[in-house]
Amino acid sequence: MKLTRREFIKTSAVAATAAAAGVTVPGVQEALAAAGGDAGVKWDKGACRFCGTGCGVLVGTKDGRVVATQGDPDAPVNRGLNCIKGYFLSKIMYGKDRLTTPMLRMKGGKFDKNGEFTPISWDQAFDIMAEKCKATLKAKGPTAVGMFGSGQWTVWEGYAAAKFYKAGLRSNNIDPNARHCMASAVAGFMRTFGIDEPMGCYNDLEHADAFVLWGSNMAEMHPILWSRLTDRRLTGKDVKVAVLSTFTHRSCELADIELIFNPQSDLAILNYIANYIIQNGAVNEDFVKKHVNFAKGATNIGYGLRPNHPLEQAATNNGYPGPDGKPKGDPNAATPITFDEFKKFVSEYTLDKTHEISGVPKDKLEALAKLYADPKRKVVSYWTMGFNQHTRGTWVNNMIYNVHLLVGKISEPGNGPFSLTGQPSACGTAREVGTFSHRLPADMVVMNPKHREIAENIWKLPPGTIPDKPGFHAVLQNRMLKDGKLNFYWVQCNNNMQAAANMNEETYPGYRNPANFIVVSDPYPTLTAMAADLILPTAMWMEKEGAYGNAERRTQFWRQQVKAPGDAKSDLWQLMEFSKRFKVEEVWPADLVAKMPEYKGKTLFDVLYANGQVNKFPLSELQKGHPNTESEHFGFYAQKGLFEEYASFGRGHGHDLAQFEQYHKARGLRWPVVDNKETLWRFREGYDPYVKKGEGIRFYGKPDGKAVIFALPYEPPAESPDKEYDMWLSTGRVLEHWHSGSMTQRVPELHKAFPDAWVFMHPDDAKKRGLKRGDVVKVLSRRGEVVTRVETRGRDKPPVGLVFIPWFDESRLVNKLTLDATCPISKETDYKKCAVKIVKV
Amino acid sequence: MATRNKLSITLAAMALSTLFFASVATADEELRPLRKNQMTEEDQAPAMLEYQGKAPGAQQRITRNFAKQPPLIPHSIEGFRIDSQVNICLACHDRPSYKAAKAPKIGDSHYRDREGKELKHISMGRYNCNQCHVPQADAQPLVGNTFQAVKMK
Repeated sequence: MKLTRREFIKTSAVAATAAAAGVTVPGVQEALAAAGGDAGVKWDKGACRFCGTGCGVLVGTKDGRVVATQGDPDAPVNRGLNCIKGYFLSKIMYGKDRLTTPMLRMKGGKFDKNGEFTPISWDQAFDIMAEKCKATLKAKGPTAVGMFGSGQWTVWEGYAAAKFYKAGLRSNNIDPNARHCMASAVAGFMRTFGIDEPMGCYNDLEHADAFVLWGSNMAEMHPILWSRLTDRRLTGKDVKVAVLSTFTHRSCELADIELIFNPQSDLAILNYIANYIIQNGAVNEDFVKKHVNFAKGATNIGYGLRPNHPLEQAATNNGYPGPDGKPKGDPNAATPITFDEFKKFVSEYTLDKTHEISGVPKDKLEALAKLYADPKRKVVSYWTMGFNQHTRGTWVNNMIYNVHLLVGKISEPGNGPFSLTGQPSACGTAREVGTFSHRLPADMVVMNPKHREIAENIWKLPPGTIPDKPGFHAVLQNRMLKDGKLNFYWVQCNNNMQAAANMNEETYPGYRNPANFIVVSDPYPTLTAMAADLILPTAMWMEKEGAYGNAERRTQFWRQQVKAPGDAKSDLWQLMEFSKRFKVEEVWPADLVAKMPEYKGKTLFDVLYANGQVNKFPLSELQKGHPNTESEHFGFYAQKGLFEEYASFGRGHGHDLAQFEQYHKARGLRWPVVDNKETLWRFREGYDPYVKKGEGIRFYGKPDGKAVIFALPYEPPAESPDKEYDMWLSTGRVLEHWHSGSMTQRVPELHKAFPDAWVFMHPDDAKKRGLKRGDVVKVLSRRGEVVTRVETRGRDKPPVGLVFIPWFDESRLVNKLTLDATCPISKETDYKKCAVKIVKV
Repeated sequence: MATRNKLSITLAAMALSTLFFASVATADEELRPLRKNQMTEEDQAPAMLEYQGKAPGAQQRITRNFAKQPPLIPHSIEGFRIDSQVNICLACHDRPSYKAAKAPKIGDSHYRDREGKELKHISMGRYNCNQCHVPQADAQPLVGNTFQAVKMK
């Protein structure tokens, strides 16, 4: 059946009008009536457990179990729609192999690194954890203890963890897995705007005339946003979609302009667009004059590899110690330049040169540049891991802002750059709470003495409690584990054995290093859990009260619906309960304790959580009819206390959160929430309460209110194909599975929908190697190998010279192949570019 | 806190030099990941699986778990186009065509826009059928799932 564009327009012209008029949607009651079923099913609102879109769901429970889920028609994000994963949320907690008791590797009744996993009690688990942690602190100090957390932690879990490590144990070695997905976006925001997270929101999807996807396969990774984009593309007048990628994927099916570029050449394309805008007189001069500064960034900044790597030896600005022991430059450095200097800098990126570097046909490059340059066209750019997982990830984030700032297409409905988030609370927990190794809540950093002072005051801690140096970031943590410098390590809410790059050379040897004690909290026996010394059974999703913050700054809450199986406990319970095992004197030096003698003899639980703030709200405030396992255990409304203390960091400082109770009523609210009003577009007068009357636009993250356009060049990737390893490898996700598959592979329908990770390859590349679809092959890199089958006609269609393997499948560990090269500024790994060869088995 | 775990443990010692990962044999089950061999060992090639059903028409519908679950696709969709020009699924399942095609009808929810307004045509927000509806391969679950559906009207 063929549907013409005209028909689409005709049938749905009314839709756009209705959307603008804000016609009401069917309420929960109607949806529930339609859902039918057993009268004994109780329904409540929740947030999806998976990606950063943050869809609202309705959760049906009966007899203490989740029995159904459906899209929430009242949720503004998704209006009742879910993706296939979201529809099967009801099954993620019920894998038959849920962990229900702590398990310790033991031999002869005692802990043994090479022992068998043996069930123990929580008391015994905390005994051995405290023993190992204290012994490490005594022998080596706080830099030898650490934690790897998550953008899937609830807001209060991340907050409790950051506080426990940074203030309690006085170690900044806490980092979230969001380092793997969002760190480049964070660094890009901070460099360009001085404040984190997108200025726009999802409402842009109904307002833009053009959408440009840079390294984002929204059709599979953000399906609900893609459905909104599709609606706009097929019903709006002359709406265009451009998709940039290193291989053809499902999002390209809707593309008007498909640009398949050579890996890393997005750097050149972005400079070409800036050059095109300038050469064609499309610069919004008034905007640029008033709101923009120009700077030239440091170059030759290395690849975040180990210091002895030849590429790091050659780098002049990687910040690593040079022969004289002093740091070699600063990868984050920048010097002010003029517009004319910027103009000259990008003038090198001509159409010819960019075509040569990128391999993209010239007419497509021009068509793309025109979308941005046309003053009448509203453009939103979306990006995800193609940009962020990039050895120049911070740069490409800066460079897309360059383009939007040059034409002034930013901070208004339908115009703006928008960094899509991978995880459900990468924004809410990892970024806003500040669980990164260099961060504190509300965009503050540990290196800044004023920021530490603010945090110590709010936390009622003696001055000097928070260490002043960034801790080990995710990639460095694995290296330090391997090198025996990080010896007590706690992993919560992620599966980093499968997720981290270069498993054979870094992750696995690190976890199994006899010098280290590894604790893994998880609902399921993931590979990370199996590589641990102690596994803690963990309550998940609707088994706890939670809060997530999605990609459009929307904070959303849910109540605990059911109890966890067996002895499984939430990450929050584990953190708070474990803090009781430490007396202040055991973790703080005597001179620090002496500054607050009232803390003498107290536990970290007393100091961090029973501090008169976190324990301020009584159990009588709990919602009747819902369990709250943590609060009932600790004797106060823990989630509320943690949230309200945390919220005090940002209120009045551009990060205002509403009162706790409001979120239990609303379908989420987008911060800053000032005078009970959420903010849809930041930095623009009339939308953002922080921009004063008459200012028009103010990028108030920077002291002078101006954003920064950066002059940054094309630089080559860390590893490219050569004669022996002759193919590019890109890794990524598929629609049906979430990340490492620890939840979705346990849902039979999702497993059957996409059972195994095959290697996607161009038919010509297969033919050249004597391969046909379904053949078993070995994919080899310099670091490891993977055995799987060849797919030549699947949904992903790589060009000649590139293969794609999804990473969800723990039976095909693609991160044995990948290189742990990172953006030297953001420290985020490039999972999209390394060299492999394919051999028939 | 005493553990409530009642599993009886059989220790099956397994020392594989440095490449070690433990398993616990219990009376009922074993603590093991989804992966069939050690994480440091060479991968086993995946089974050669096909999606269930051939061309549409001859298959039985797959029972739903709960009311709002999108029906799973019982037939092959290989080569089916869904792009800005063509949506092959609509050819059989859309309101004008499902009777003649003897195919299940697209749900009424699909004929409302984002704001709940009734449309004469399928909503373009519901255009990407395969976001929610997926075929099923002839694969065995990797592990059991104890989800229990409630009776539907």
